[in-house]
Amino acid sequence: MADHQTAVHQESSAQEVGDFLRRRREQIAQRWADEALFRTVFTVSRDEAVEAGRAVVEALAAVAVAGRVEDLGAAGFATVRDQLGRMAASRARTGATSARIADEVAALRPAASELLSADLADSPRELAEECAVTLTALLGTLRLVVLETALSAGQELIDRQRLQLLEVATPVIKLWTGVVAVPLIGTLDSARSQVVMESLLDAVVSQQARFAILDITGVPTVDSLVAQHLMKTVAAARLMGAECIVSGIRPAIAQTIVHLGIDLGTVVTRASLADALAYALHRQGIAVVDQDRSGPSAR
Amino acid sequence: MSAPIAGSSGTQVPVLKLGTVLLVTLQGDLYDEAAEQLQRNIGEAIAASSVTGVVIDISGVEIVDSFLGRVFAEVAAHAKLLAAQTVVAGMRPAVAITLVELGLTLPGLRTALNAEEAMRLLSPASTPLHHSPARQESP
Repeated sequence: MADHQTAVHQESSAQEVGDFLRRRREQIAQRWADEALFRTVFTVSRDEAVEAGRAVVEALAAVAVAGRVEDLGAAGFATVRDQLGRMAASRARTGATSARIADEVAALRPAASELLSADLADSPRELAEECAVTLTALLGTLRLVVLETALSAGQELIDRQRLQLLEVATPVIKLWTGVVAVPLIGTLDSARSQVVMESLLDAVVSQQARFAILDITGVPTVDSLVAQHLMKTVAAARLMGAECIVSGIRPAIAQTIVHLGIDLGTVVTRASLADALAYALHRQGIAVVDQDRSGPSAR
Repeated sequence: MSAPIAGSSGTQVPVLKLGTVLLVTLQGDLYDEAAEQLQRNIGEAIAASSVTGVVIDISGVEIVDSFLGRVFAEVAAHAKLLAAQTVVAGMRPAVAITLVELGLTLPGLRTALNAEEAMRLLSPASTPLHHSPARQESP
């Protein structure tokens, strides 16, 4: 029975808050337009900020009337989610942290609650308190919605860029008839090295390449995992009948490999891509001749 | 791989003798039973005729398991005892990746890009990889 009564109370207070928000929409929007969140996003005209504030207040009122004060997925928020996301994104672009944005959303509360307590000055004390609590909960939910929107936008960006990185960073280059090379750039993780391995082996088949060069000049660090991936690629290329050459091992990386105790003894290694190409040409019986001098030179 | 139907010994792999080389072309899936049969056939063929090389063309094989990987290694070891060299030719990328992930890098096995290259590797007059006397580069 008591539970039922509380539920009824909450519902009526939510209704009350919804009515209040509709009634005072204009005043709240005007006050919010001067708050940091709206002021910094809508720098061009104050009318625009007021307009945006009105839309948000209207959405909050719809949520309150529907009695779903603490529901992130309430239908009312759907209409302003886009706008809140844009606002949060534009704040984030100017360097504001998530915590800062959350604070700015929280700063919207005093303006609304002052108006509310003024409105309900003549009402019973109990109802006024109930309504204040509901309004606080409602604005807390708004804060969550803003943060959620901002974070999901960030996540989308990260996912898209990760895909782009996978596509862009692994071109297979034909250096000579029967010689292909992959210049690796950036840190290698499992997903990327899998893509590298597959595209290199596909190129070995399509180009009928007898030599495949893995150039790791652009790889900042080599740990045991990366070394293992390299060994796997080399072994797979060998199984297909191609010889794999690892080039571009910088002195620091060579030192790391030795310190880690990784045995690259079965892998042909060269200091630079040019040396690796020279080795591949030499093994195919191709000599590069300097025209000014009479004798052929191996490099 | 186990045969889907019991006793389906229909997939006989032909072993062709071309000069001094045995050419074995695998097509499609090779089941355990057929693989063992093939292993025996190759051994007998090497012993019966004086071949110096065996080319196993697996460009038509899309799926391998650890058993087939071991069969390749065993055929090579077997042939070596009978003084013949084995070259596996035309392995697909997916197959190579699978074998490496299984840990079967087959270190004793010679490989070639295709059957033609494998034949060139095995022909006695071939100079598959140029070794100039003037400049000997160690790999």
